[in-house]
Parts: sequence; C-alpha cells; structure tokens
Amino acid sequence: MSDAGDLILVIDDEPQLLRFLGAALKSHGYRVLTATNAEEGERLALSHIPAAILLDLGLPDRDGLEVVGALRSWSDIPIIVISARGKEDDKVMALESGANDYLTKPFGTRELIARIRVALRNRIGVPASVTLYESGEIRVDLEGHVVTRRGEIIHLTPNEFKLLVVLLRHPGKVLTHNQLLKEVWGSANLQQTHYLRVYMNQLRHKLEDDPTRPRYLQTELGVGYRLVEG
Amino acid sequence: MQTRPDPEQLLKRVQDEEARFQRARLKVFFGAAPGVGKTYAMLQEAHHKKAEGIDVVVGVAETHRRAETMALLEGLEVLPRRSGMYRGVDLEEFDLDGALARRPGLILVDELAHTNTPGSRHPKRWQDVMELLDAGIDVATTVNVQHLESLREIVAQITGVVVNERIPDTVLERSDEMELVDISVEELQGRLQEGKIYVPDQARHAIQRFFRKGNLLALRELALRRTADLVDADMRRYRDAEGIEDTWAAGQRLLVGITPRLSSETLIREARRMSEALGAAWIAVFVDEGNRLSDNERERLESHLRLVERLGGEGVALPGHGTLAEDLLSLARNRNVTQILIGQSNRSAWLERLRGGLLFELSRQAGRIHVHVIPVEQRETEAAPSKPLAPWWPGFPTLGLCGLYVGLATAVGLLASSRIELTDIVMLFTIPILLGGIRHGRAAALAASVLSVLAFDFFFVPPRFTFAVGDVRHLGTFAIMLGMGLVIGNLTERLRQQAIRAQHRELRTLALYRLGESLVQAGDQTSTVASAVRAVEAQFQTQVTFYLAGETGALESVDDLSHPVVDETDRSVAQWAFDHGQVAGQGTGVLPASKALFLPLRGAKGMLGVMALKSGEGPLWQEPDQRHLLESFANQTAMALERAALSAEAQSTRLKAEREELRSTLLSSISHDLRTPLAGITGAVTTLIEDPGVLSDLERTALMGSIQDEAFRMHRLVSNLLDLTRLESGAVALHREWVPAEEVVGSALSHLGRPGEGRDIQVSLERPGLLLHCDSILLEQVVINLVENALKFSPVEQPVEVRVFATGKATTIMVCDRGPGIPEGFESKIFDKLFRLPGRTPGSGSGAGLGLAICQGIVQAHGGKIQVTNRPDGGAQFVVFIPFEGEPPAIPAEEDPGE
Repeated sequence: MSDAGDLILVIDDEPQLLRFLGAALKSHGYRVLTATNAEEGERLALSHIPAAILLDLGLPDRDGLEVVGALRSWSDIPIIVISARGKEDDKVMALESGANDYLTKPFGTRELIARIRVALRNRIGVPASVTLYESGEIRVDLEGHVVTRRGEIIHLTPNEFKLLVVLLRHPGKVLTHNQLLKEVWGSANLQQTHYLRVYMNQLRHKLEDDPTRPRYLQTELGVGYRLVEG
Repeated sequence: MQTRPDPEQLLKRVQDEEARFQRARLKVFFGAAPGVGKTYAMLQEAHHKKAEGIDVVVGVAETHRRAETMALLEGLEVLPRRSGMYRGVDLEEFDLDGALARRPGLILVDELAHTNTPGSRHPKRWQDVMELLDAGIDVATTVNVQHLESLREIVAQITGVVVNERIPDTVLERSDEMELVDISVEELQGRLQEGKIYVPDQARHAIQRFFRKGNLLALRELALRRTADLVDADMRRYRDAEGIEDTWAAGQRLLVGITPRLSSETLIREARRMSEALGAAWIAVFVDEGNRLSDNERERLESHLRLVERLGGEGVALPGHGTLAEDLLSLARNRNVTQILIGQSNRSAWLERLRGGLLFELSRQAGRIHVHVIPVEQRETEAAPSKPLAPWWPGFPTLGLCGLYVGLATAVGLLASSRIELTDIVMLFTIPILLGGIRHGRAAALAASVLSVLAFDFFFVPPRFTFAVGDVRHLGTFAIMLGMGLVIGNLTERLRQQAIRAQHRELRTLALYRLGESLVQAGDQTSTVASAVRAVEAQFQTQVTFYLAGETGALESVDDLSHPVVDETDRSVAQWAFDHGQVAGQGTGVLPASKALFLPLRGAKGMLGVMALKSGEGPLWQEPDQRHLLESFANQTAMALERAALSAEAQSTRLKAEREELRSTLLSSISHDLRTPLAGITGAVTTLIEDPGVLSDLERTALMGSIQDEAFRMHRLVSNLLDLTRLESGAVALHREWVPAEEVVGSALSHLGRPGEGRDIQVSLERPGLLLHCDSILLEQVVINLVENALKFSPVEQPVEVRVFATGKATTIMVCDRGPGIPEGFESKIFDKLFRLPGRTPGSGSGAGLGLAICQGIVQAHGGKIQVTNRPDGGAQFVVFIPFEGEPPAIPAEEDPGE
C-alpha cells in the first residue's frame, strides 16, 4: 500500500465508528491515533503532527467547524470532515474554513481510503510551476490556453477555461460554489450560482462523453464541484 | 265500566307525575281577602315542617306588625332582605339570589302577587317563586283571590276596584297543594274593626269600601269556587289515571278570535274560564286583515297575546287570506277546534247586513264546530274601528292620472260618438274606472268614477256640453257608474292588500331561506356566527352579539365584529336567559329594563348560547310577527351551531382515528422494514463468525455482499423516514435555484448505489442546459426515488428511461419503466404514505411505501404535480411537473478570444 506508515488522527466520539475507522485504516497500512473529543484531538494533532485528520463535526465539547478553524490557524494538515446527510450547509462551511474534503455517513472503506489518498497526494495543491495537465483523454496546456480531448482541440470560452483551471489546481478536492465564483467571476458575483452551474454544464458538454454521467467534473449537490482524475 | 285511558294522555300524565315528583313543591295559602290569616297559617305550617326536620327559611313574611304573627317568626331563620335604592327611596325587597345561594328545603315567600321594585330581576314576585321552584326549592306562599288574572273582571265588577297586582292562573295550577284559609265574613269584618287588619292610612276609605259585606261574600264564594275548580282538576287527573270515563267529550279545543280592542280582554278571560270548565286547550287568534294598526292598538294586541300566554292559552297572529270567517274556520279545522268564541259585533245593523256578518258566515260554514258569541261591553275609549289602510283621497298625482284616463275615454267617445249609442259610451267609461282601481287603489277608482260621471254628463248626455240633464233616466246611469266605481275600488283594494301581505310573507320566508342558506354554507362555529350576525343585523336593523357556551359551560361572548352591544350588567341577563332557556331583557317579563333583548339558542342537547340584540331606535322586533321571525332566526342559528359543533367533533374524532391508525401502520411497517435488513445482516454476520472453516471464498464473499446490500437498504429507509418527517413537519425550507437538468439527473444517477449497477438507464434531454427552477437537493431525491422504483419493478434487461423537457411554464421530468404498470384505480393512491399495491407484500422487494410519498411531498412543495400513467406499450411512467415563475436568468455574453 502506498503512503504506508502515514499517521492518521481520527477525532470522533462514537466508539463503533472509531473501531471501524481504526481497523479499516490499519488494514490499508496507516498508523492510527484516535481522540474522542475536540480538546484531546487538538492536543494530539499538535503533539504528533499527523499526515491527515478525520474529523467528525458533531463533537461533544466543541463545534467541529471551530476545530477546523483552530487547526488551520497553525497547519496545513489535510482535514477530511465526516458529516451526516442533509447538512450541506455544514459541509460548505467546513470546506470554506479550510477542510479539504468531506465524507457523508454512512460511507464504505473504499470511499474512505480513496479520499485519504487524494488528500495526502494533493496536500498543498498543484504548484504554479506545473503548466501541463493530463488526465485520461483530456490534456490542458495552461500556458498555451489549449485544451484537447482525444487529440482534438476543444474551444473553451475564457470563463470556461478559467473555471477549468481553478479546478485543475485542486484535483480531487471539492471546491464550493463560493470559492469557484470568487476565483472566476470575482467576489462581486457570489450570488450568481447559476452562472457557475451553466458554465459547468457547458464544460461538461465539451469535455465529457455523457454529461449526465460525468467522468471528470463531478457535482457535489448543494456544496460545489470537484475534478476527479480520470 | 272501566275504559282504557288514551295512551298519549297516559304518557303525558306519567311524565307530569314524574315531573311533579321530582320538581319542587309549591304550596299556596289561598284567601278571599286580606286579613283572613294566610301569613299566620303559613308560618304555623313552617313550624310543623321544621319540627319534621326540614330546613325552613323565611324569605318574606308580611307580618304587618301583628303581634301573634310576629310571635310565630320566633325560632325561624329569616333571610335578610335585599335593599336597593329606587328614585331616592330605600326599598327592601326579597333577596332572590340570596335564597338561591342559601338553598333551603322550604322557603316562605309571602304575597305572591307582589310587584317587585324596578331594577329587580323579575318585575313580579311570582316569577321569583317560579325560579326558586325551577332551582328545586320548595316554596310556600300566600295569595288572595282578587289577584287571579282570570278573575280580574269579575272582581272589578263586584268591588269596583281594579286590581293591578295580578298573577297568572297557571301559577296557581302549578301548585301541588292549595289550602283555603277561610273565616266567616262577620269574623273578618270584626277583625277589621279591631284593627287587626293592616290598613294604610291613605287607603282607609277604599279599604272600607272593599270590606263591605256584599263584596266579601262574593269574594269568598269566588275563592271557594276557585279552590273547588282546582280540586276538581286534581280529581280529573285522578280519574284519568284510574281510567274512569270522562263525563265530557275528550279532545275539546277552544278558539277565540281577538282584535286589538280593549273588549277582547274580557273575551280572553271568558275563553280561559270556559276552557277550564271544559278541560280543554285553547287558542286565541288574531287575524291580520291588513288594516293598519295604530301604535296603541299594536301595544294592546301584544298585551292581549301576552295575557293569553299568562292564562295558559296559545296566542296566534295569523295573516288573513280570505274573509275573517274563512280564516278562523280554516285554523279551527287545522287544529281540531270544537268551539269558537267571538265577541259581540259593534257594527251597526245595516253594515252587518250589507257585508254579511262574521257570525252569519261562521255559523253558516262552521259545520260541527260550535260558535259562541260573548257579550262584550263597548267602552268609550275605543272609538272607531281601526282605520283602513287606503285613504279615500288619492292625492294629486293619482288624481291627475285618473283625469288622463277619463280624458282619453272621453276623446275616444267623442270620435266615435256619431257611430255608437250612448249606452256603449257608458261602457267605455268603465275602462278608466277599472284602470284607476287596479293601478292606484280604491280612492283612484272612486275618483275616476266621479270624473267619468262628470265627463259623461258634460260631453255626451243631451243637452251636450252642459252639466244639465235632459232625461231623468240618466241620473240612474250616473248612480250605476258611481256604484260600479265603489265596488271595483273595494275589490281591487282587497286584492292589493292581499298582494302586499303575500309580499310580506314572502320577504319573511326569503329572509329565513337566506339565513338558512348562509348557515348551511358556513362550516364552523365562527362562520356560522358571522352569517347569523349578518342576517339578523340586515333583517332587524340592529346590532347583534352572540354569547356561546365555552368548553366549561361558561358563557363567552363572540365579539367577531367587536361592537359591544351590551354592557357588563346586561351580561348577567344573558347568563339568566342561558340558564333558564327563556327570552329575557327588553319587552319581556324578565329584567325588562335591560337595553337589549336576549334570545336563548337552544339545541337538541341543551343550551348553546344566547343571541343579544341591541334595541336601537324603535326596534323592529316588537311586532308579533317580527318577533316570531326573530325566534325562528334564533332557532335556525342554534341548529346550525349544533350542526357545526357536531361536525367539528366528528371531524376531530375522525382525524384522531386516522392519525392513530397511521401511526400504528407506520410503526408496524417501519419495524418490519427495519427488521428485515437487520435479520439479513445478523444472519450473514453470525454465519461468518461461527464458520468453522467450511465456507468457500465464494460463499463468504456472497454473504458479505448481502450484508452490504442490506445495510444500504436500511440506510435508504432511514433517510426516507427522516426526509418524510422533515417534509411533514414543514422544517424543509425550499432553496430554489436555476439548475441545469444534467446536474440534477447526473447527481441522482451517481447516488443510486448498487441497485443501479449494471442497469441500463437512458437519459434524454430535450436540449442541453435545460434549466429547472428547484431545490436541487430535494429534486435529486425525487429522481433517485423514481429511478430506484423503476429499477425495482422492471426486468433487469429492460432499460429505464429518464426524459426531461420543457412544457410552457414548467419543466417536466419523466421516468419510464417496463414493469407491470399500475393497476387501474390506484393512480393517485400510490402516492399515499405507507401505501403498497395489493399483492405486493412488504419485503418482496417493495419498500415501506415512503418513497413516492416523499416525491409527492417535495413536488407539491415546489407547487408542481406528480402523476403516474401506464405506457401504451407496457410499463409505468411517472411524470413530474416543476413549474417556474419568471424567466431563466440571462448569462452575460463573453467574447471568445480563442477564435
């Protein structure tokens, strides 16, 4: 297993979940540290500096969002938030306060490991020096502003291109509507979510085989979008 | 020979007996004159009762400071009098509320005929006594014979004194025991001389005259006879009970015709006496022939009708249809009347002969009904009979019109005079007379006939163009023309009056009909009250408030129009009317000083409330028929209120039952649906744990796969339950945005999980980028549920289709399968919560019946519609309409530097 030996800190107050997460992570070669409340979690994070943190938002002593903010104040350790369905607003807030990703309960081991891998790999995002991006049939030349699919040049409008670039810089990470709108249209247009939706749709039609079953540009309804590496 | 008593009578007697047994007892000490010792006898009785252990209280005892009477008060509890100021004079009065609060076993209330001071609850003391009896308290009281309503005339004739303090005879009849306190006339006169009888100084002269021997003898005889009558009535009750045959025909019924005249009072009292002698029920009827009543007459008529009721008869005001005799007889036949009483006519003999007297007509048509004529004294106060409605002077405009008619007839006559005879011209002049009569009434007919005579004389009768008459025979023609005018006038007048009365009746019926209609439409209590308020206020031109009994039975005002009709003091009148189920307030016997009229609203199961009407300027309800209408209104409203209450009760019961049923169905369904996957998981897990190593790898994988599937199924069920709860609690706030259809459908397909794996789901969009105006997360749930449903019921190899297209102001999503389709009749039921198609048992692949209910909830929250139909070539198709308002927002255009 890759990333073997990386230390993962799990902060959750439910023993069953801790047991399941511990077993699943260990079976994939990670080392595991567990905490059952926010205070203990923050202390362990500070003393052990884990490679990634799995954080449940419903902790007994403090609001999970505060914990995200506190951790972010001193480190860039990837944080994956665990939350229940129907709490899309919490997810958005966690992501905007610095969480890297989220998992909705219940989730399977496969999904968990995949997210952790993505988070560990893109710990700091794609460096600005990288100008050529390739994924599956898509190739993007950031300097030359050229996008090709199966070798064919795809014409993108400036906004479509900008949008694609923002997503490319954070592969695998969910970017919220606000984050994307701010990057592409500027902070004045944060309310115009439909711009984003329409352009995203156009991008899908240009880049995907079947826009209703996207391979690259995935929708996280009510939260944002993520670019998945093909 | 013993005969079987009439069952109905028997039943009534049993009911009466029961009522007599349960109700409080009234004992009356009856005397011929003041001073016979009634109070004394009553107090003696009180001591006896007290000795028997009965809780006796003296409410009022007028001892008139007589020593022996005063002495009897010793040892008895005396209720304090209520003092009240009236016109600056401090008056003490019997304390009714105090007595009701004290609730003794027996209370003594002296002087039954006493008139209470103004401002008391009831104007008369006998009404206080009735209320005490109604409250279940036994009463002993005293009364003198001259105070009896039915004997008033006779007493006045004997003694020359008109007694103002009177009590209805029914009160005496209500008594359970009557004791005649009798002493000889000589003894009474002796007591007067000895000063043993209380005589106020100012009345000494009158009293002396009252106590003349002859008077006392007559009064004593009256008292004895009255007592005998009442004992007789008791006897009769006894005889009925024992089945002893009556000496008179059963079912006698009396009808007395009354008028607003003063003399009718005598008639009423006579009817009462006769009816009692016959043991018959009696009806007093006033036939309204359309004559206008003066205020005086109307008042007198009302007091007559009230008198009738006080005397135990039934008062009826009847609108006339035909002649007076016909109307009386038709009522008499309807009510099985056996005897009719009418007053002696005061019409002059020639008029009587001319118009056919009432008596003549009655006796001619009466058949088996006996007709009695009662001599009545005509008094100077009632001058002429009531004025006819139509005046004899038509007024100038009508006169002008009559002139025009006659002028036209004259013109035609002149044009044709050379060709027609004089007699034909006479016929011509009947036209203006008829026209005048029909169009303008009696006066016009007369005016037209006079004008016609003049015109005929002047223009046609030789010598023409003078008023001179050549031939004396023409004078006869003139007389005939005038007579014709008179007859036509009277005929048309009567027709007109009947038409007017018919119109009045129709208006009444219409008013009631309208009320009924609006009450039927009103569903609940609030709208019923509002309808009734509107109807009553419109009909009676006054303000109305409703008091309704609340949950606790206390009376609460329904101030939906927030105009206080009554003040706080009048609230107690409302309470009284409610407690006693009787009309109270202005113009009634109870608290007449009140500024409003209170009508109880009586339902089948008890009192519902009170309707209060403010008396404005000349309230309209004081006329008998209006009052009748008002009572009909109150009855209808009460019925509607009861209906509303019943239907509300039924509805809440039904809702409760439904909720209960739903809850238990939900519980049993959920527990089943939760246990099924749990059983699967537990079974697979225990098999794996306890496996001694015999399972193949394939088998182990299969078991683990089933655990995963069951866990997913449980997850879906719990999510659905949560969604449904949130939808039903209204906790879901729609967050509508413009979202491309690809995004919603795509996200839904990506969340299908295992059921979607390896299945063919074909998505077709009308065009790329079709926008939906929706809460994307909720709508995704709809698509997930519909697609899952379709996958579940379709054969694995068959595709499921999702189509999205625009339809006017809505976007439509269709999910089509190739399953068995929906059986006819279940197209809308299928969206009900917990509904499962018959034959598809839980666990056989179907869910808990929540998925479609959630879809419907979400779609309806969007203002949209969800339907299901069967596809013509097999399978079902679910159609979701999501409407949108306004236009999809425009996206700012951008130039494409890429080209």
